[in-house]
Amino acid sequence: MIILGIYVGIFVASYFIIGKLVSAARGSDYTSLKTVTFGDESTVRPNRWAGIISVLTIFLLWAMFTGSSLIPRFLHAPGPFEGETSFTYTVSANGQTDDATVTAIVHDREEDPDLPEIDPGDGIAKNDIIKVAQWRNQLVQFDRNDEVKRADGAEIIAINGQMVSPGDEVQVNGGSVTISDKGTPNFEPSRGWQMEPLYLPSPEAVVERTWKVANEGFRGTSLFGHLGWSLFRVIAGFVCGAIVGIPLGYAMGLSDWFRGWFDPIVEFMRPVPPLALIPLVIIWAGIGEAGKIILLFLAALWIMAIAARSGVSGVKISKVHAAYSLGASKWQIMRHVIIPNSLPEIFTGARVAMGVCWGTVVAAELVAAEKGAGMMIMVASKFQNTDIVLLGIILIGVIGFGIDMLMRAAERMLVPWKGKG
Amino acid sequence: MTGLNIENLSMRFDLPGGGSVQALKDVSIDLKAGELLSVLGPSGCGKTTLLNIVAGFLAPSGGVMTLNGHKITGPDAERGMVFQQGALFEWMSVRENVGFGPSMKGMPKNEKREIVDHLLDVVGLQDFKEKAVYELSGGMQQRVALARCLANDPDVILMDEPLGALDALTREKMQSLVLKLWKETGKTIILITHSVEEALLLGERLIVMAPRPGRIHKEYRLPFAELGVNADLREVKKHPDFAVKREEILNMIWDMEEEIMGTAEADA
Repeated sequence: MIILGIYVGIFVASYFIIGKLVSAARGSDYTSLKTVTFGDESTVRPNRWAGIISVLTIFLLWAMFTGSSLIPRFLHAPGPFEGETSFTYTVSANGQTDDATVTAIVHDREEDPDLPEIDPGDGIAKNDIIKVAQWRNQLVQFDRNDEVKRADGAEIIAINGQMVSPGDEVQVNGGSVTISDKGTPNFEPSRGWQMEPLYLPSPEAVVERTWKVANEGFRGTSLFGHLGWSLFRVIAGFVCGAIVGIPLGYAMGLSDWFRGWFDPIVEFMRPVPPLALIPLVIIWAGIGEAGKIILLFLAALWIMAIAARSGVSGVKISKVHAAYSLGASKWQIMRHVIIPNSLPEIFTGARVAMGVCWGTVVAAELVAAEKGAGMMIMVASKFQNTDIVLLGIILIGVIGFGIDMLMRAAERMLVPWKGKG
Repeated sequence: MTGLNIENLSMRFDLPGGGSVQALKDVSIDLKAGELLSVLGPSGCGKTTLLNIVAGFLAPSGGVMTLNGHKITGPDAERGMVFQQGALFEWMSVRENVGFGPSMKGMPKNEKREIVDHLLDVVGLQDFKEKAVYELSGGMQQRVALARCLANDPDVILMDEPLGALDALTREKMQSLVLKLWKETGKTIILITHSVEEALLLGERLIVMAPRPGRIHKEYRLPFAELGVNADLREVKKHPDFAVKREEILNMIWDMEEEIMGTAEADA
């Protein structure tokens, strides 16, 4: 809730601030001169400032709530308590009562400080000292050094002078104390608002881990090896799918027999998500490379076949007629009219297929693999290496985005006539 | 025996829901080599069907067509076609579009280049030959379509409302160009149009078709195309006969339209 609040706050605040700052610098191109902008989609161009601030905000929030050293301390969300604190407990036994102090040393999880000697004090209850790691809690065996034991009927009746009974919770300096059902106080240092590194490591920890994994590898394969294997599977599956799917689509677009034969198969297989095929493919082909490439082949096949088919049916009949009356043979019409005319559709299909394949390969690797980006994050999650999980997710996203950008660039270069017919 | 001979052409086909349509009935046209025929008629009179049959894209249900003595059975390079719009290959440059026919025949490169350059000169697109066709205006695209058709040196050129989508000014310029090309190349041309003026200006012969079933209603032999070759088309339109013929044909088409509306109302 707090995070959402801050996010919305930054969204609104930066809108007004940037609006004030940039309003003077309005462009003078044609679109900027349009007065009707609300409802005219063509005038809605992504605001570059909003894009930059949006990305920065995500990193800022991430850094704030993980206590990152990349941003100044005053921006941090309140962190977990660290250092020394104390509370007193009151023991009552055999009609006697006495106070003692528990000193708690809250330390970083990575450290293990030595406990200093303390003065035990007077009375039947003696002072204690405990150490607690951040985000953890610690039972206080208060009667360990007391003159009265719980077995003798000693029980805690107050914490910091506040009357308690089992199940109660008392706020103390730097945390809270809960009385367990058996009457033992349990000290839990305050967690603050930051995320525990186990759940969300700080950005620098992820970067550091990236370097480490990039240099040392993960599970016997280098980072680039994992990503490379995933990419290789995608490309191999996609190429196989395209090699079979495109001619199949052409045949379906050009012959009634092919159309009739394959229509039911394609129309049935198209809505089946490739992920649903994973179990069957594993049963048939095992969890090795063959199984994964078959899966990706199946994911790409139908998309490419449908793209090629609609590319063929998208040919304007007047173009085909024109080519015939210019003396072209069937083969020449295929080569010079149908194929170039269907290329834009095929590129669109290829972009979709690459996206689906990339998603499918990660999912397939999550299920079973020895190498690959999906396997990396799956294994890391089992060992609670959240930083590797995050690193994997980020790299998977970056690569998926990169693939799409490459496909778009290739499309612009190879089929400049797209949408111009 | 030269020229295009169409005898008792009929086109009748069944509808999927039962019943049938008589699109053309007993159409006979005898066209000598080098004649320019324009075909006019209200929509639905079968003029485009007629053109598609002559081009060889449709098989007639009855009748015989011969070109220079041999029977027409399918599309062929001897009968070039110019479409209304959108029949250019947008993945090719202007030059490649014009050279498409020669390329398909496997003509040597330099010979092809000569033809293409010459035709681009004729239609006035020499400066645009490396451009993509989608970068050209509608009028320029139709010039490319004309040049592409001529590059193949067909015996007959079939034009399916080639100027229908152009604005009035461009259209007039293109009409002059069509007349010029007709005179220079001596091609046999069939031009389909729904504009009475265009039919009169560009028709050495003019056929008015009537609908339901599509048939030849009236045939004219006109002097205006010959006049237009050497004169401004606006001058030709001032010819006293021109206005008379235009009125006559307009009335004829009006009557047909009214008849259609009448039967449509009676049907309803």
